[in-house]
Amino acid sequence: MAVDLEKVKETMFKLIKDSAGMKKWKATDLHKACEELFGDEYDKRGVGKDAIKELVEEGKLVYTYFGGSYLELPHREGAAND
Amino acid sequence: MPVEKKYETPLLDQLESGGWPSFVKEIKSAAEDNAMANDLLGLLEQSYQEKIGHWKHGGIVGVMGYGGGVIGRYTDLPEKYPAISHFHTMRINQPAGWFYTSEALRTLCDIWDAHGSGLTNMHGSTGDIIFLGTRTEELEPIFSKLTAAGFDLGGSGSDVRTPSCCCGKARCEWACYDTMGLTYYITNRYQDELHRPAFPYKMKFKMSGCPNDCVASVARADISIIGTWRDEIQVNQEEVRNYAKSGLDITKEIAMLCPGKCIEWNGNEIQIDNSNCRHCMHCINLMPKALAPGKDRGAAILVGSKAPIVEGALLSSVLVPFIKLEEPYDDLEIWELIENMWDIWCEEGKNRERIGEFIQRVGLGNFLDAVGLEPQPEMVAFPRDNPYVFYEEYFEEEEDQ
Ligand code: SF4
Ligand code: SF4
Repeated sequence: MAVDLEKVKETMFKLIKDSAGMKKWKATDLHKACEELFGDEYDKRGVGKDAIKELVEEGKLVYTYFGGSYLELPHREGAAND
Repeated sequence: MPVEKKYETPLLDQLESGGWPSFVKEIKSAAEDNAMANDLLGLLEQSYQEKIGHWKHGGIVGVMGYGGGVIGRYTDLPEKYPAISHFHTMRINQPAGWFYTSEALRTLCDIWDAHGSGLTNMHGSTGDIIFLGTRTEELEPIFSKLTAAGFDLGGSGSDVRTPSCCCGKARCEWACYDTMGLTYYITNRYQDELHRPAFPYKMKFKMSGCPNDCVASVARADISIIGTWRDEIQVNQEEVRNYAKSGLDITKEIAMLCPGKCIEWNGNEIQIDNSNCRHCMHCINLMPKALAPGKDRGAAILVGSKAPIVEGALLSSVLVPFIKLEEPYDDLEIWELIENMWDIWCEEGKNRERIGEFIQRVGLGNFLDAVGLEPQPEMVAFPRDNPYVFYEEYFEEEEDQ
């Protein structure tokens, strides 16, 4: 049985929130972590992609770029001028 | 609204001399009624005097839901140049083949005059329409107006970059497949990958209609799709004779420069040994009225080129020597291959490692094995010399012995 979308969103959000400031997550890292947690029930091209898309569209996560693209909690960026 | 000139720019002024159009002239022209362009002149002059850039990179700005298309820029001298304290770049997905109506161009420029510096870069090295310099709070209004006019943002960061192509069948007789049709299809098929970065690093598609490769896909794209043919070069001997009559030295300028050494000219007709043709286009380019690519046309798929950024430059390697590229594109087998490559690269690739660098690290033989492709002679750049491809049965035989 496929793992539930809300469950994946909650898991991804928690992974990022609990490690904020210590680890930067790329989409691939989130997929790998979910594959470990949910095993074969997790489909990165289906529910995995949808979870990231919804978390970003809901404003819970933002994409950031520091050499590569990451997913992070929304925050004010260091370089910004007022 | 007219803007008062604020800065003297003696160093920049020198760049206006000479016959070639100058970017300084364009910035000055924009600065007459745009405060951002005006402050940009001051900042640039200061940079030229000090030989120091005054920009900071922003990593968060963007439009809601997208992870690409906006590159954050701030000056590190915001008090001195307040109009460019934010100066973000926007990449707009260009139409395939860079075809516009003049009305579409006016629409783009009106949007940009209203919300940005008025300075554009048509087109950036990525192929996109580049809008140079706007503020964070202007990004969403610009995006709304762009989408209302039928445009969308392009790629940036670790995503599928805006696919680009040569003008192909729209203007060129050498096109071996419909580059613009395929580019439009790829742009639509990979919308999610284009707007939501999910790879170790950037992933560029470039489509050229023939081996002349006018978009330099063999040097610039992670996936290069280059038109080619698999039958015989079409020859019109009468036109060949006309070229010879008009002074073309066919032996010296064509036969002797043919990399396959497969052309003979007897003063009346040319013979081409098509089995040794390298499909380089040299003879066709020199005698376009006499020669043409064959009739059985399609494309080769290559993988792995890149310009030097983190590591040095790479050229693409052949992955699929020939494939028919005809509609319906949904039915083509290459999508499964491409998506398998992405899976392996995402699984095993290092951060900021382009797929070509990844293939170099793991070895082309191992990569082919992982994506389920058999090695083929066309993948070998230098036969008997190439360390990438080996045949397991040799090792098995050796072990048996
Ligand atoms: S790559 Fe070939 S088909 Fe495309 S524009 Fe150039 S010459 Fe024409
Ligand atoms: S296309 Fe190139 S390799 Fe082929 S016959 Fe012409 S010059 Fe020779």
